[in-house]
Order: sequence, then structure tokens, then C-alpha cells
Amino acid sequence: MSDQIAATKAEWQRATITEIVRQTPRVVSFFLQPSQPFAYRPGQHVDVRLSAPDGYQAQRSYSIASTPEQGEIIELAIERLEDGEVSAFFHEVATIGDEIELRGPIGGHFIWTVEDGAPILLIGGGSGVAPLISMVRHRAAQQSLAPILLLYSARTSDELIFHDELQMFNQSGNGFDLVLTLTREPSSQESDYTRRIDPAMIVDVLARMPSQPKEVFVCGSNAFVNAAADALIGADVPAAIIRTERYGV
Amino acid sequence: MTTRGFTGRRQPPEIIDRIPPGQTLTDDFPVLSAGPTPRVRTEDWSFTLKDGPKPLIKWNWAEFNALPQTKFTRDIHCVTAWSKLDTPWQGVLIDDIFAEAGIEPPTEFALAHSFDGYATNVPVKDLVGGKAMIATFYNGQPLTADHGGPARLLVPHLYFWKSAKWINGLQFTSRDEPGFWELRGYHIYGDPWREQRYTGD
Ligand SMILES: Cc1cc2nc3c(=O)[nH]c(=O)nc-3n(C[C@H](O)[C@H](O)[C@H](O)COP(=O)(O)OP(=O)(O)OC[C@H]3O[C@@H](n4cnc5c(N)ncnc54)[C@H](O)[C@@H]3O)c2cc1C
Repeated sequence: MSDQIAATKAEWQRATITEIVRQTPRVVSFFLQPSQPFAYRPGQHVDVRLSAPDGYQAQRSYSIASTPEQGEIIELAIERLEDGEVSAFFHEVATIGDEIELRGPIGGHFIWTVEDGAPILLIGGGSGVAPLISMVRHRAAQQSLAPILLLYSARTSDELIFHDELQMFNQSGNGFDLVLTLTREPSSQESDYTRRIDPAMIVDVLARMPSQPKEVFVCGSNAFVNAAADALIGADVPAAIIRTERYGV
Repeated sequence: MTTRGFTGRRQPPEIIDRIPPGQTLTDDFPVLSAGPTPRVRTEDWSFTLKDGPKPLIKWNWAEFNALPQTKFTRDIHCVTAWSKLDTPWQGVLIDDIFAEAGIEPPTEFALAHSFDGYATNVPVKDLVGGKAMIATFYNGQPLTADHGGPARLLVPHLYFWKSAKWINGLQFTSRDEPGFWELRGYHIYGDPWREQRYTGD
């Protein structure tokens, strides 16, 4: 796998917001043009730093949702948290043309490129789908037929980020498979499941794959990642092939 | 550079000098790990001290818990920019481990090894002098698997990824050998007060 990246120092730099797109009631995508564009790989993140006039700063990490093939501009899909210091700033204050400080790319573990091989199982919860869609977009941009299954959990169908795009990839029938579970929609036509991820669901999902996954990538809140990783272990997926990215609280 | 329209949430003034640059206070417990949480049973647990490839001494769970216990309340700082103040721990100081083993550290560097195969490097000088322990209790309770139980390294003055979870040994190395995160873009030393998050910081 693409481990042990040649580590170079990622300096703080300015990036300009070029576009803002509402994805769901709680998630908005921000497109940023870095003043010093950088190469990155699907799954990596940037650190963002906001500074108040008195010098006070707040720093947070956001996964890059775009794929390098889309060019220099990076997409961050930011979920608004109630009273969130940084996410609320993005949702309420930030506008097109604003400059934001960031540095990246960061992360040398939660990365997948087509050269790393397949099949790959991706499991995302809520905004944790961001680094996973980067991998899915990269696969499409590379015209790869690598088998990828994305198991995506959200509360309701309204809250599915990148839903149309994922459905489009799914319908192209070239090895990408989308499986949805909605945890707060008791019955849904749109999803395969309406419950939290459990070992039985993992067993089902693995049976839809052409062979055992080479690697599994799990991303979301810490609670989500723990639940999904435990379900994987419960379904006898070896711990050594499971990679996790935890969004904290 | 000032961010247009950002005022931010101030940290309470009485604790401001306890929060390293770029960190935000949290009441939650930050968790960072590269894979699933291993469930290590205490009957399967052991701790080995090694000099390079050579094992020096090995304790099982019962033997390890018979070593002198120390309580330790410290502030912790996760590289994902979270800090948590006054976290209460209990375990065995690294000083006591070396004393019980009857050794003087043979080298200046060490790697902490974990049950899940990960390792992180810490200079020996950062492990001794009451600065670090193998913790088995948090907040008066046995350490949960999520936070590295049954036992984790605790080096609170460095970013928290250095406090290796699910620890099973310390190995002296002749040079400073990068561990798992250090090979993947994270800083070789990790001092939060110098904001040494990533390689080259
Ligand atoms: C590697 C990585 C990648 C990430 N990628 C993404 C991504 O792609 N998209 C995304 O949306 N997020 C992502 N995150 C999470 C992101 O970094 C932030 O943690 C998130 O946006 C919340 O920050 P905030 O400032 O809005 O909320 P914060 O102000 O930090 O608060 C978080 C929550 O805790 C509560 N809280 C915190 N402090 C207090 C307090 N003192 N008193 C009361 N309540 C408090 C808040 O009410 C809120 O609900 C990622 C995290 C990591 C580590």
C-alpha cells in the first residue's frame, strides 16, 4: 500500500474560496484554490487555521473530498456542528473570495490509489464519506475497473452527501457498488438497510464483492469507526487490513 | 493573517498558559488510531523490555501489577489539536520498571511496541525522571480498550500519539528509529509546545 510517503514539510499558506455548494441540510462543500498548489493522494487531509484580530487561532483537520485529477482546487465537505467553532464559521461567515489559511497534504496512512490494487471496501459514516469519495472519484478519473464497494451510513436520505454522484457511479456498472444504510429512516426505498452497521450487514456486503477485500477503509466519528471496525472484526475481517480515520468526538 | 469575520471562542484565561499553540480544550477524550481497537485479554498480556533484539525481562499481567504503583494527573495534547486538562492516571513509572529490572538504560533511544504491531519512538530521557509511566488505570477505573487498555504508555509532555496504546514492550535502540506514525508524516519528537506535529515542523 501507499505507506511511508516521502514526508515533506507542509507550510501554512493562503487559499481562496472559489465556490460554495450546499450538499445537504448540514453539509456544505467549500472549494479552495491554494496559493501554492500541492500534489496529494486520495484520503489525505488538510489542516485549516482561522485567526481572530487579536491573534487567537483555531485549527481543525478536513479531508480532501476532491481527487487530484480535478486540478489544483480542493474540495472540503464541512458538516455544521451545533456551536462548532470552526464549522459554524464556515457555514455562517465564509463567502466566495475569502482567504483561509491551510496546510497540506497531511496523512500517510489513510490513502488509496489505483496502483494499490483492489478489491477495496470503503465504509463511511456521515461526513466521513469525504476521503472515500476522493478515492471513488480518483478511480473514475483513472478509468479504473478496480472493484470498490462503498457502504455508506447516514441518518436519513436527505443527509446523504454526494448522493447523485454516487448513484451515477453505481449505475455505470463497471465495478463500483454503492450500499446505503439509513439509521433514522425506519423504511426506505432508497437504501439497502435501515439500521446501524453490524456483523450481519458486513457479511452480506462482503458476499457482494468479487473476492475478499485487500484493504478496508473506515471513516467517520470515533463512535462510528469503533462500531464499524468491531462489526468487521465480528465478521472475521482481519484487523491488519482495516485502516481507520477518526473525526474525533 | 487575520481571517475575515472570525472571532472564535476564547479559552478561559485561568488555563490559557496550559494550552499549547494551535490546541483547543475539550472535555471529551480524543482518540487517534490507525486501525480497529484490539481487545487484549489480561491473561494474554505481557510486557517485555528488550535491548535491540535481546529480551532483558518479561512480566505477565499479575507480575506487572505487583510493581510499585504511582498516580499521576497530567494535561494531554492530541496532534489533532485537542487538549484535555487534569487527566488522572495510575500505573508503573518507567523509572520503577528500569529499577525492578535492575538495568541502566543501555542506549539513549527507545521504541514502544504495541499488540497491534505499531511502534513509536521516544528518547529515553523523556521516559525517565518521573515523566512517563505504563498506565493501567484512568480516572480510577481499569483502562478501557478504546483508550489503550489493558495498558498504555503515557508520555504526557509529548503529543499523545507517542503514548502508545495496547503496549507490550519497550525496546532500546542504538539510534532514534521512527515508528509507525513517524514514518507517515508525523514529527520524530512531537513536542506540543513547539508545535511539532508533522515532519519538518
Ligand atoms: C483527519 C480528520 C479529518 C476530518 N475531516 C472532516 C471533514 O471532511 N468534514 C467534517 O465536517 N469534519 C471533519 N473532521 C472534523 C473536524 O476537524 C472538526 O472536528 C469539526 O469540524 C468540528 O469542529 P468545530 O470547530 O466546528 O466544532 P468544535 O467547536 O470543535 O466542537 C465540536 C463539538 O463539541 C462541542 N464542544 C466542543 N467544545 C465545547 C465546549 N468547550 N463547550 C461545549 N461544547 C463543546 C460542540 O458543541 C460541537 O458539537 C475531521 C477530523 C479529522 C481529525
